[in-house]
This record gives sequence, structure tokens and C-alpha cells, in this order.
Amino acid sequence: MRLNRRSFLQMSALAGGGFALGLYPRPWAAAQAAGGPPALSPLAFIRIAANGEITIMARGPEIGQGVRTMLPMLIAEELDADWKMVRIEQADLDEAKYGPQFAGGSMSTPFAWEPLRQVGGAARQMLVAAAAQTWGVSAAECTTEAGRVIHKGSGRSAGYGELAAKAATLNAPAMSSVKLKDARDYRIIGKSKAGVDNHAIVTGKPLFGIDVTLPGMLHAVIDKCPVYGGKVKSANLDEIRKFPGVRQVLVIDGTLATERVVPNEPGMEPGVAILADTWWQAQHARKSLKVDWDYGPGAAQSSEGFAKRADELLKATPANTLRSYGDVDGALKSAAKVVEATYAYPFIAHGTLEPMGTTAAYKDGKLEMWTTSQTPGEGRGLVAKALGLDPGAITVHLCRAGGGFGRRLMNDFMVEAAWLARQAGSPVKLLWAREDDIGHDAFRPGGFHGLKAGLDAQGKVVAWRQHFVTYGDGAKTAAGGEIDALEFPSGRVPNYGLHSSAMPLLLRTGWLRAPGANAICFVGQSFLDEVAAAAGRDPLELQLELLSAKAVPLPGAENRNGEDFDPPLNPDRLKGVLELVAEKSGWAQRKKQAGRGMGIACYYCHLGYFAEVADVSVDSANKVTVNHVWAAGDVGSQIINPAAAENMAFGGVIEGLSHMAQEITLVGGKVQQTNYHQHPLLRMRQAPKIEVFWRKTDFPPTGLGEPTLPPILPAVGNAIFAATGKRIRTLPLAKSGFSWA
Amino acid sequence: MPLKLTVNNVAATVDVPPEMPLLWVLRDVLNLKGAKYGCGIGMCGACTVLVGGRAVRSCMTQVGVAAGQPVTTIEGLSPDGQHALQLAWETHDVPQCGYCQAGQIMSAAALLEHTPHPTDAEIDSAMSGNLCRCGTYPRIREAIHSAAEAGAPARGK
Repeated sequence: MRLNRRSFLQMSALAGGGFALGLYPRPWAAAQAAGGPPALSPLAFIRIAANGEITIMARGPEIGQGVRTMLPMLIAEELDADWKMVRIEQADLDEAKYGPQFAGGSMSTPFAWEPLRQVGGAARQMLVAAAAQTWGVSAAECTTEAGRVIHKGSGRSAGYGELAAKAATLNAPAMSSVKLKDARDYRIIGKSKAGVDNHAIVTGKPLFGIDVTLPGMLHAVIDKCPVYGGKVKSANLDEIRKFPGVRQVLVIDGTLATERVVPNEPGMEPGVAILADTWWQAQHARKSLKVDWDYGPGAAQSSEGFAKRADELLKATPANTLRSYGDVDGALKSAAKVVEATYAYPFIAHGTLEPMGTTAAYKDGKLEMWTTSQTPGEGRGLVAKALGLDPGAITVHLCRAGGGFGRRLMNDFMVEAAWLARQAGSPVKLLWAREDDIGHDAFRPGGFHGLKAGLDAQGKVVAWRQHFVTYGDGAKTAAGGEIDALEFPSGRVPNYGLHSSAMPLLLRTGWLRAPGANAICFVGQSFLDEVAAAAGRDPLELQLELLSAKAVPLPGAENRNGEDFDPPLNPDRLKGVLELVAEKSGWAQRKKQAGRGMGIACYYCHLGYFAEVADVSVDSANKVTVNHVWAAGDVGSQIINPAAAENMAFGGVIEGLSHMAQEITLVGGKVQQTNYHQHPLLRMRQAPKIEVFWRKTDFPPTGLGEPTLPPILPAVGNAIFAATGKRIRTLPLAKSGFSWA
Repeated sequence: MPLKLTVNNVAATVDVPPEMPLLWVLRDVLNLKGAKYGCGIGMCGACTVLVGGRAVRSCMTQVGVAAGQPVTTIEGLSPDGQHALQLAWETHDVPQCGYCQAGQIMSAAALLEHTPHPTDAEIDSAMSGNLCRCGTYPRIREAIHSAAEAGAPARGK
């Protein structure tokens, strides 16, 4: 069986959803081992003009994570190209040709590291062969440098442009036979390359999904039911049709799933679509739209109700056991000290700055789409199913996205645009208003955790019990609300229990940057800090002790090998970043002073290891200023594009701080927050000084989109505790009595 | 009634209602896509342009108000993309997704117009109305300082 993304999705669905990363495919190596995807051809990725200009295809969706620059760097390195002669072109969706084209799980780097270097190396080999044949010399005697093949023996050399036509007629070598460079010879990998779209961005060129314009295009907005699963009963459609510029008003009946665990792609959301000559005319007319909604059962839901139910569940026996070993009850009973706490965090929305949208044109049974999807292949599948089209009849162009953060893993907006284009009979650009984007997000699910830890007389952790109340049904969990049996410190304490209970939820949830980890790390690493404080120990020292403990193996986890998507953590790598961040931040020399403190936290997720220290000040009104953040990361042997990598780490830290103040609440089933004033992002005056340090280790390079984020939340919470003696156990900060200065 | 605008030194006549926000006139009528829609309520700054040299949120500015005053968008900040801020943004590799950056640069241009050598606090104060969802703030600060040192020419006309 060919193990590709779709089959993996099915597998993980059969396996009960798996961990939060269940969406994401296994790395390329595992796919190859299981029967193999088609080999990539250098000709698909590289075009060399006679003048030596090299065009490299960027395969993945660019959502701000820098793959439009970084992935071509891998090809250019092994091609031995002159980066100044390289032009980047965005590939359309064609996974048979380009391999996986999705942006998620910080997987772009691990998926591309070997195959794309092989693509570049294979092309280089073909250019060398072309030169050798032309000159009648042995290929082994030829070398390359910056866009030229050189034969030292005869003093001959030729630019790639001169050789390209001949090279293109040669057979590509088998990928496994391609000899890759020694890392010491890298001229592109490890050297900062500015984003290839930077100039277009700073001069305002059309580049993003929202910028697409087609002749005769209509602009669309969709007014959706404020309660999930609600339907249109009636609306003043004729009145809206009279507004200036309005061309069509359509009712979307929709088919939204209302199962006890709502799938992250629940179908088309019912609503009323307004199509006009300009987007503002559509949105302006919408202000007069009056819809009589049938809210349905979702209207009975409220955040207050969920919190109450969670409280009851936390007091009851957990429904599921994810992992249990040792004698937790006995160890807690005989412990010298027991620490107990309840943690909670809310739903939050993605709020990408570019709202959801897609442009679509339908003609003669064929559909052409311009989208910002992070999983365009999945999106095309959904569109094909919804419209009854063959996927082959759908062309998908990938536009730069104004942020993704996991929201665009879900493709509802693609289906809507496609449906509207076919109904309208003219090209349609769909753009969600900000209020739609916040109110109809696939929310990061909230969660509640009851924790208990036992300490012996020496301050060693002898027992840990965690009861996670999440959303779902039985053992089935809402997307983004999973927890892994190997959640730290699972396996690193002598007696351990990880349990869960679930509440049904009629609301769509989904994966937000560092899914699962973005919330669970806050809980585990904050509670560990509490435990250290109760034991009178330095939290760093306690973490290092736990990471040095001989792990209790999880049966079956041995199958999660190093090429898998979530292999067990490597304690030495986590210790390494903890020690590095401690050294850089001056952790050992930190001073005790009222109103100012430092906190430390670490995490392993998405194959990356990060430890972070925050230095905060808290004033008498509990206003928090994050002064300084030190972040240390280990993502393997190479930081492929250092300037972009540092920027990504800044972004993870700043986003994590934003999360700490955000909250989505439900009253009568309706999302209460509408826009950034109620779901705030950190502003420049609140952004700390951030320093990023890399610990390079002998592992293949992995991604940076996600692992930078999780540790900052507990690092700041622990710093607030150091400064004030008050513990942040509930997010947003306001619920714990704090706010950003 | 048609409105007369001057956008990036070019005269344009648009036949739109005077209450239509300038942002949508720029984007959907004049096909200038640089200014972006982010929130529609003046909270994010992605739509920032200069009207009469002042940074305004074009999503909240009625086009009628802009008539008779010079409007400068990111497309017209410099004739060749070589404004000191644009150069600094590229040198410092500021963008992540890049969506907010046109608005960021226009706010920075207005700042440097009046405060050629801003302190960190002045930058924070002038720029805190512009959200960056990706968190490029440290780079934006660096780039503004660097443009100020290069003596950003007041080309925002």
C-alpha cells in the first residue's frame, strides 16, 4: 500500500484520531519504506535558461513560515547554484509531480530535507554529465561551483546555462544514487537568505489571496448563523438584492455536521451569500440583511455551562485512562507532601490577519481556484466531493497567505468559493469579514486539568496524576483537544496516571499552531514549577533530574522511531536546551525581588526542542511587562535559513504571549468576541526583547513553525509567580487577576 | 457624484458613494492592492495609508474625506521601491507572512516624517496601532532605526 497523506489520514482516523498530529503525514522516509511515492524529477523543479538564470519551483503553501525561500535553498545548495541567479516560482497544486504540498505540523523541513536536496543533486549530476560528454572527459573529473561545471585537467568550464539544453535530454539518476554534499561545503544552507517575496511585499504588489482579481469577478460575503449548526428559516433577500452593486443573493442551505464530536471539516455552513461588484457593497448591504435563524441545539451551550460540567467531571472518576503504571494512590498516600491544583484554558481563535477567502472560476465543468489553503490537496478533495466534480477538473493555484497558524488546514472557504462560483455563473472572490473569521473559526479547544503530585521527604517527585477534561465523546476527542500518553513527565516519575474525560461540544474545533502543545505545555510546565516550589527546589534542577531518570517505557512506543511524526522525546536534547537557556539568561544568578521575576519552561513537540526563560515585571495593579525572553532551540544539525529561523522564533514567543490574553466565550451558543478589540494580539509596545540561541545536534533538521511557541506561556506564568507569589492557573491572564501593561 | 482623488500623485475620478471607505476604493476600484483589509474597525492598521501626509486607517476613512487631499499608498511611497524604509525592511528581512507590512511601513513613514530619529519609546507609541499577527515587532523596530540612520528621505508625497 502506498502510504501517502490521504491514506495516513484514514489510518489515523481508524486508529481513533491519535495524537494532535494525526492530521499530518509521516515523513517522506517512512512513506518510501512503505512502498514509495513516485520519484521526484529534477525537471519538475528546475528550469535553467540559456543565460544561466535558474528557476526553482517552490512547492509548499507560503503562510509566513518562509518555505517559499527555504525549500528552494535546499535544491539550490545541491545544484550548486549561484543564489543570485535563482528565481523562485510558486508551483500549482500537483502532488504527483512535487510531492507533499501542505503546510502543517512543522513538517515542511523534515519532509523536504532529503528529497529536495536529492532533486538539486540529481540536476547537478545531469549538468556535469552533459559537460563531460561535450568535452569527452570523465564526469568524475568534473567539479561544480556557483553555477558552473569545471574540468580542472583541461582548464575548461561552462556555465549551467550553456549546458542546460543538453542536460535536459539526459536521464535523471536514481535519487538514492545521488551523492549529497558534505555539510562543510555548504554555501547556501546555513546562510541567511532574505524572503524571496520581500520586495513585492514592501512595494505593495498583489501577492496574497485577497489580491487576486479576475475579469468579471464578483465579490462575496456570507452571513452565517451565530450559533453553530443553525439554519436559515427566511431572510429579506429581495430587499438586499436592491442594494447598489449587489448582483446576487443566495441562500446556502448547508449540511453542517452536528455529531457529538464535530469533525474539523464539518461540511458547508448554512448562511446567506451576497455577491456584489465590490466587497464593500456586499458587506454594506449585509448590514440591512435580516435573517430568521433556526438556531438548533447549539443554542443551549455556554462557556459557563462547560466550566460547571468540567468541574463535576474533575471530581468524578475519569472516563478514560491514557496511561497508568506504578501505584499512584499508594504513592500519594505515603508522600511527604502532596501538591494539588486545577488548571484551565479557554477556546481561542486563529485570527490570521488575512481573513479566510478564496477566488474561484467555474466554466464548462472545470474549476480554477486561487487559494491560501495550507492543505490544498485536501481542499481540492472536499471541493470535488461537494460539487460532484472529478479532482482532475480542478486547478488550484497557491497564493501567499496572510498567516495560517493552522486555520487554513481546514478548507471550508475553498468549498464555499467553489460553490458560489458555480451558482453565480461568474468568477467569485470570497472574503470573510473579520467578524466571520473570529466567529466561525475552527477554535483551539479549551480544556481543564486536575493535577496531583506527591513528593518524598527528599523532594523527589514520586507520583503524578493528571485528569484532563476535554471536549469529545467517550474516547473520541474534538480536533486539537488530544493529549499524548507520553506527555511529560510521563515515564519519568515512578508512579504515574494520565486520564481523560470528555464533554460533547457542538462547535468546530481545529489545530492552532503547536496544537495540543500550545495549551498542555502551559499546564504541565506550570504545575511542575509549583511542585518544585513546594519541594523548595530550583525548577531547572528538578526538570534536569526528571530528564535524567531512567524512562519507564510505554508499550508500543518503540514503534515510534526517529523517522516517525512523534517519536518519544530525547531527554538529552531537552536537557541541552534547558542548560543553554539557563546559561544565556543567567538563571543561576537571578535575584529575588518583589515585583520582578524570572521563569523557566521547556517542551518537545513537532520534532523540535525549546527551552525559554522570561523576565517579567508586575506592578501594584497586577499589570505585567515581559522585559526579556531567552529562547534556546534544538532542531537538529542545520539552521537552514538563520535570519528567517530567528524571526520564526520571535513569532512563536510573541504569539504565545498573545494567547495568554485571548479568550473565546459562548453565551446561548453564540461566540461573544467579534474582532481584535475583544480577542487581542500583542502590540509592539508590549513585545519583549527576545534573544534566540541554537544548539546544533547531530540529527536531521526539523521544523520551526511550532516548537518555539509552547514554553513561553509557562515561562511567563512561572515568572509572574516568582515576582508576586501568585500562580497563573487559569487563562486568559484576566481570569487570574493579571493583564499586560 | 464623481469624486476627484489624487492617489500617488495621479489624479483619478471615481464614481462611488462618498461614504465608501477609502480602502475599498483603493483596492476594488483603483486596483491598488497594497493596503490590506484586516479588521474593518481601525484596530489592526493593515490598511494604513497617508492622507495629507498623515497616517490614517483607510478602512475607517470615508473616501469623501480624502477627496482634495493627496493620498499616498505603499505603491507610491517611492517611485522605485527604494525608500529608506523599504530598503531597511528588505535588509532586516522583516516580513513573515507580510500581510501587515505595507501598513507598518506607512505608519513608520509618517513617524519619520515628523520624528526623523525616533527612540524606542517613540517607535512603540507610533507603531502600536499596527498589529503583526506573526510577531515581527523586533525586526520592525530594528528596521525603523536603521532607516532613520540612513536618513529616510521624506518621499511620502
